Amino acid sequence: MIRVEHPGLLSTLQDLGRPGCQHLGVTPGGAMDSYSAAIANALVGNPPEAAVLEMTLRGPELSFERGAWVSVTGADLSAEVDGRPLACWRPVWLPAGSRLGFGRPRLGCRAYLAVAGGFEVTAVLGSRSTDLRAGFGGLGGRPLGKGDIIAAGENALALPDDPSRPYLPAWSVAWNRALPLECPARLRLIPGPDWQALPDEDRRALETDAFRVGQASDRMGLRLEGPPLRLAAAERLSAGVTFGTLQLPPGGQPILLGVDRQTTGGYPVLGTVASVDHPRLAQLRPGETVRFEPVPAERAQTLFRIRALQLRRLRASLGLRWPLNTPSS
Amino acid sequence: MDTFDAASSNFVPLGDSALLIVFGDRIDPAPNRRAIALSKALADLPGVTDRVPAYASLTLHYDPGVWSHDGLVEAVMPYLADEGGTVLEDRHLRIPVCYGGAHGPDLDEVARHCGLTPDEVIARHSGGEYLVYFLGFTPGFAYLGGLDPDLAMPRRDTPRSSVPAGAVGIAGEQTGIYPQASPGGWRLIGRTPLRLFDPLREPPCLLAPGDRLRFVPIGADEFEWRMRGKDR
Repeated sequence: MIRVEHPGLLSTLQDLGRPGCQHLGVTPGGAMDSYSAAIANALVGNPPEAAVLEMTLRGPELSFERGAWVSVTGADLSAEVDGRPLACWRPVWLPAGSRLGFGRPRLGCRAYLAVAGGFEVTAVLGSRSTDLRAGFGGLGGRPLGKGDIIAAGENALALPDDPSRPYLPAWSVAWNRALPLECPARLRLIPGPDWQALPDEDRRALETDAFRVGQASDRMGLRLEGPPLRLAAAERLSAGVTFGTLQLPPGGQPILLGVDRQTTGGYPVLGTVASVDHPRLAQLRPGETVRFEPVPAERAQTLFRIRALQLRRLRASLGLRWPLNTPSS
Repeated sequence: MDTFDAASSNFVPLGDSALLIVFGDRIDPAPNRRAIALSKALADLPGVTDRVPAYASLTLHYDPGVWSHDGLVEAVMPYLADEGGTVLEDRHLRIPVCYGGAHGPDLDEVARHCGLTPDEVIARHSGGEYLVYFLGFTPGFAYLGGLDPDLAMPRRDTPRSSVPAGAVGIAGEQTGIYPQASPGGWRLIGRTPLRLFDPLREPPCLLAPGDRLRFVPIGADEFEWRMRGKDR
């Protein structure tokens, strides 16, 4: 049992999302940085679909009634256990009574906490993800609140010999290779239906680092601020949009859609960020700058397949490491 | 836009994991029907997670580990040539609405703006047949065609902070029903006791693309009775 002592800025339960429901107007949602979330799950022996806690900028404070294997990945939000820094991107055994907290956000925007066995909440439409706008999934469709109690599922990992002390294996995932957070962010963009309608100099502006992520940014979308972009047509017929779609409202300031986007949109579409760069998009925080590099869809798909292969290899190698590294084996 | 070929602008990549198939450039039942028919025809295509019909397009969300852009376009082409075989369900639904009063606080304002009496607004709004073009925006929200153009009225200058689920409103030349309680700027003329979206129900949405519907006026007593009833 995990008790929420302080919820942080915005902490929600998420998994791989809710595909197959977009024709109902239901957004797929899920972890914004599904790559970091997948690694967090793999580190504690969870299947990819297990629910994790997504924590935004200011992390929560949680107390663990029972001992648990946990891992923290994604942004560096200064994780600490009982006031001492917590090693991230690796499994850690937290003994009963541990308090997991977070301090100053140092790098990136969203961190992920996985607990062995996964967070247990009822799945809605096939997913445990919190849909904040529609108000269902996760903890009743809302972020964590003070006093909430969350349960973890069945732990598949072997316990350490002495469960009264924190324990961590002598290895970790190379986070700077897994999640390069270079600045300014460079996002590869597959040009969309209205890219060619943009004047040459506006296309060039998108390829420089002139666009700042605005304060009014969330899981639905990131508002970008820069020189106003001009398009002859202000609207198009509402049609499907997706994670990473770069829309241009009449004001000329683009919006980069997040996982909790609407399923359809009527603003002109300049392009869509390549899937392989979605984790970097998810880690953008207000004030950061971003530039776009046009790539063909085929190139983006090759990069995606390489990334998927790397993730499969990582899962396989972690599976091999566990029996070798638990003291009980 | 009757002929399709892979090199034309009918197939637009929406990133590396979605394909936008365009059937037209205006709100019209014919291209919408083609989008819905193709969506149904592709129901069993593996590696495609979501099929999202809109006014005149269909978006396929797919796994780029399974499909390449060109490969998916090629796979979809035969279905475009053979869409005559798909029969669409012809559902006609009746949506009870309690117009005016507390449930439709903007009815009188709409009537004044349109130069009609409140009863005439109700008669016109419930007199027409509406086509569900697609669901989008928010869970269970239906984009409807068929509003009497004389009932068009701009949105409120300041949106209400909370509009109840089931509220029936007008915004510009659109009409629609709020599936969930939410903030909203539409002119509210009534409210239905029906539940448009329930994630725990199968199917979760009351309405589906291609449905035809009529609004049927009911009294406040019937509204209250149905709100308490089990048929929600």
